Amino acid sequence: MRARPVGPSALLVEVAGPAEALALAAWVREQGLPVVDVVPAAETVLLDGVDGATVLAALLAWVPTAEPPVGDLVEVPVTYDGEDLDAVAEAWGVTATEVVERHASLTFVAAFCGFAPGFAYLAGLPEELAVPRLDSPRPRVPAGSVALAGTWCGVYPTSSPGGWRIIGRTDVGLWDARREPPALLPPGTRVVFVPA
Amino acid sequence: MSLRVLAAGHLTTVQDRGRPGWASLGVPRAGALDAPAAGLANRLVGNPAGAAVLEVTLGGLAVRADRDCWVAVTGAEGPVTVDGRPRGHARPERLLAGALLEVGTPWRGVRSYVAVAGGIAVEPVLGSRSTDTLAWVGPPRVEAGVVLPVGDPAGPPAPLDTPRPGRPGPLRLHPGPRADWFAGDPLAAMCHAAYTVEEASNRVGLRLAGPPLERVRTGELASEGMVLGAVQVPPSGRPVVFLADHPVTGGYPVVAVVDPADLWICAQLRPGDEVRFSPARPAAGAAPTR
Repeated sequence: MRARPVGPSALLVEVAGPAEALALAAWVREQGLPVVDVVPAAETVLLDGVDGATVLAALLAWVPTAEPPVGDLVEVPVTYDGEDLDAVAEAWGVTATEVVERHASLTFVAAFCGFAPGFAYLAGLPEELAVPRLDSPRPRVPAGSVALAGTWCGVYPTSSPGGWRIIGRTDVGLWDARREPPALLPPGTRVVFVPA
Repeated sequence: MSLRVLAAGHLTTVQDRGRPGWASLGVPRAGALDAPAAGLANRLVGNPAGAAVLEVTLGGLAVRADRDCWVAVTGAEGPVTVDGRPRGHARPERLLAGALLEVGTPWRGVRSYVAVAGGIAVEPVLGSRSTDTLAWVGPPRVEAGVVLPVGDPAGPPAPLDTPRPGRPGPLRLHPGPRADWFAGDPLAAMCHAAYTVEEASNRVGLRLAGPPLERVRTGELASEGMVLGAVQVPPSGRPVVFLADHPVTGGYPVVAVVDPADLWICAQLRPGDEVRFSPARPAAGAAPTR
């Protein structure tokens, strides 16, 4: 573990990967450390709004683990008719039907949010099934699109530009500021996709 | 009571101190870009520090109140009139029911703040009345024709306040977490160079043109959490200073971080303005700033 100062009131802690980032983020919250924002990411956890020296001292008590606490399980119904389904099938060397079976057999974990409110980067796709992003992003990806990029899976909470490979769509609401919590898939949530 | 908006100029939004604490769900903090100016406007009309004000970008605001109230305009200085007659900048002014308050194009600076005694009382979203212009979390932007609710005044106006120094200095820089991705001593290079504010600057970031920073590490940086004031360097080598509506994560290396006390300066810089940097003195045993 290495912590780098980010200006006068934040620390960026480098970790081994998304699972360790989630574990550290959960630990910081459990400990009740004085932090305004805890932002897990792929290889780091940002602790923002902190007294660096105090938090750095507290971090020494953390034992790195790649086993975050088990989060809630959310089932997301998907209609697998995305415009990149065939391209993903080709990349995986299987049929479109097999893409659906494979995708729906995995349990993903929301590693972190970013890009848009409620957009969760879902980890769980094995390395050999990684798919490249589109060469040029689409100007508009509809809300509810279920898409892949690299080893990540994501569901677009609102319509926006996007370069991920769309394999399907869902009607569930990913983001509602009036709901508690507002994100359907906050970091740590386990996610399975169910063919609708 | 309420304010009827007759004109909203280029961009007018409701802002308070923002909604920090939601970054892990992908929600930008938002909040007044020139926070000291917004705070001053609130103090002048007797509001608590967290009351919501209007942030007016390059003037063009016209509002009418339906009851007598105290108002104050701070931040970028320009013509302020009530029914066409000039009124003061950064002082409480009585706005009578039906009278027209206009905030014109500032002579210098970009963002003016209009506080009304009682505060703009639109419905809060995730604990804040700020509009985030990146993801549009919060109330919609203020447009001509809308009626904005105003809360009950909390106390009397405070006509005396300490004005802040009028002349902004260089932006003080702390080393960023990825300074080692750049050649030589990138902070020293930035402190010796002159930058110019680019047209595309907005509430998300202050975009700067100048000598590009040379990277020594290639390859991609995995997206990581970003702080307010982070100086991110995209492949063009031209730095972007992240302001209140910045994305919560980013994939370009952060070479430096602008001292929080200097961010108000960024809020008032116009396209074409020159920007200079200087090294921030590291605070010994720094206290938390928030």
